[in-house]
Amino acid sequence: MLKLKDISKVFYPGTVNEKMAIDDLNFSIKKGDVVSVVGSNGSGKTTLFNLISGTFPLTSGQIILDSTEVTNIPEYKRAFTIGRIFQDPTLGTAANMSIEDNLITASKKGMKGLKISLNNERREEFKKLLLPIGLQDRLKDNVGLLSGGQRQALTLLMTVMSKPKMILLDEHTAALDPRNAQIVMELTKKYIIENKLTAMMVTHNMKSAIEFGNRLIMMDEGEIILDLSGKEKQALTVEKLVKLFKNIKKKEFASDEGLLNA
Amino acid sequence: MIEGIFVDGMIFSIMVIGILISFRILDFADLTCDGSFATGAAVAVMCIVNGGSIFLSLILAFLAGVAAGAVTAVIHNKFKIPGLLAGILTMTMLYSINLRILGNKANVNLLGVKNFYSEASTSFGVLSGPWPAFFSTLIILLVVKILIDVFFRTDLGLAIGALGSNEQMIISYGMNPSTLKIIGIGLSNGLIALSGGLFSQYQGFADANLGTGMVVQGLAAIMIGEFLFSSNRISLITLRVILGGIIYKALMFYGRKYGGNIGLTANDFKFLTGVLVIISLAIAKSRDAVSSSGARKKAMARSKIRKEQEAL
Repeated sequence: MLKLKDISKVFYPGTVNEKMAIDDLNFSIKKGDVVSVVGSNGSGKTTLFNLISGTFPLTSGQIILDSTEVTNIPEYKRAFTIGRIFQDPTLGTAANMSIEDNLITASKKGMKGLKISLNNERREEFKKLLLPIGLQDRLKDNVGLLSGGQRQALTLLMTVMSKPKMILLDEHTAALDPRNAQIVMELTKKYIIENKLTAMMVTHNMKSAIEFGNRLIMMDEGEIILDLSGKEKQALTVEKLVKLFKNIKKKEFASDEGLLNA
Repeated sequence: MIEGIFVDGMIFSIMVIGILISFRILDFADLTCDGSFATGAAVAVMCIVNGGSIFLSLILAFLAGVAAGAVTAVIHNKFKIPGLLAGILTMTMLYSINLRILGNKANVNLLGVKNFYSEASTSFGVLSGPWPAFFSTLIILLVVKILIDVFFRTDLGLAIGALGSNEQMIISYGMNPSTLKIIGIGLSNGLIALSGGLFSQYQGFADANLGTGMVVQGLAAIMIGEFLFSSNRISLITLRVILGGIIYKALMFYGRKYGGNIGLTANDFKFLTGVLVIISLAIAKSRDAVSSSGARKKAMARSKIRKEQEAL
C-alpha cells in the first residue's frame, strides 16, 4: 500500500539551523495494516506524515503509494488516496459553514462542479451518518459552534465519507478530554474495520498504541528504532514498551559518551 | 433625486458583492478592485464608442475583470506572495493598461452615444424621469444577486466558501486551492468590473482614476450591511450587502448636500469613508463588549439567586 524508499528530509539546509528530521528511512506497509506510531517529541513522526501526504517535498528518496510513485505529486492529488486527520480539530472542517455544507463538500474527493448536490435525500442520508456522533439534529448549525470532540468526530466522519484507501491520524485525540478521546477512538476503530482501511496513527498514549492495530513502530531522531507486528505486538504491555524504549535510548547514550570520551 | 441614490447605490452594490466574495467569503484581501473597476468602465465605454452593442459592452467589462482577478490569483499562487501584495501589483499595472484601453486619454465620454441608460429610457417608454434607469438597474442587480446566490449553493461555490474558512480542508478533499482562488478572485473582479461598466454608462464617461478608494468604500458598505442583521445564509448576506451599499450611497449623498453647511467639500469624502470604516469596526467591537457584559450581569444575577437560596 505504501512504500518509503531511502527517504530523508533536511530542514533549512545550508544554514546554522540545519536539521536532519528524517534520516534514510525505509518502511513499507501492506494493504489493511493498522500501524500505531510512537516516539518522543521531535522524533520525526509528524514530519513523516507530512512527507507521506506531500505537505512538503522530500530531500531525497522515493514514495510509492498504492503502487504509483507519488514523490513529486502535489498534496491535493495524493489526498485522493490518503485521508488525514490532525491534532487540531479546527483543521478538518470549515468553521463558518454549516454541518451539511461541510458534509457535502467532503462527500466526494476532487474538483467540484456547478451542481447543487445538497437536497433532502442527501440530508436524510447525513442524518443517519451523524446519528452515532449525536449531531443528527444540527445539520444547519455552523461547525464553529461545536465542541472540539464533536468537531473531531465530524472530521473523522467526513474523512471516511470521502473514501480514502489509507488514513493518517496525527494524534487526533490529543486535544480532547479523556471521555471524548475514547469516543473518537472507538469511532476510529469502527470506521477502520467497516471500511477495511489501511491506517497509521501517531499517539503519545502508550495504552492506545498497544491496543490499536496489528503493528507498532517507534521513532527516534528521524529513524524507526522499533518495529513490532503479529505475536510480538500482541504480547506487548505498557511496561514492556517503556522498558524497550529506555533500553534503546540507554545504549545510544552509552555509545555517544564513548564517542565523546575517545 | 431619491431615485438617483438608488440607481447609484444599486450599481455600487454589484461591486460590493464582488468585494464580499474576496474579503469575506475567500478571506483574501484583494486590492485589484481599485484597478479593475476602472478597467470595466474603460472596456465598456470603448466598446460602445467603437460601435459594439450595449449588452456586449457589459459582457466584455465582466470578462476583463475576470482576467484582472485571475492575474492577481496567479501571481499569488505561483510566487507564493501574499494576496495583498499580489492585488497591489495588479492594481498598479492596471492603471497603465486602463490608459491604454482609453487610447492614452485620461477620460472618454459618451456624449451623444447610445448607451445602457439612454436605451433604458426608450425601452421603458411608459415610465418617465429617472424611473427607467431605476428599473433597468434593478433588473441587472437582481439577476446578479440571484446568480451569485445560486452559485454559492453549488458544490463549487461551497468549496470556495470552505477555502476561505480552511485551506487545508480543500487540499484534504483533493481540490487544488490555486484553481479555486483563480475562480473566486476572477468572479469577484468580474462583478467589480461589471459594476464599473454600468457606472461609466450612468455617469456618461470612463476615467482612468475611477477606481481609486473603491475597496474602502466597499468595505464600509459591507460593514453597514452587517449592522442590519446577522445570518449565515448567502441570500441574506447578499441582500444585506445591497442594502449596505444603498445606505452608504445615501449617506454620501446627504453628506454632499448638507456637508457644505459645516464646511465639508467633496474632497473630504475619502477621509470620511475611512472614518466610517473605523467607526464600524469600533462599534462591532463594542457590541461584543456590550453583549459579554450583559452575559456577565446575567451570570452574576444567577449566582446571587443561588446564594440567596442557599442562605434560606
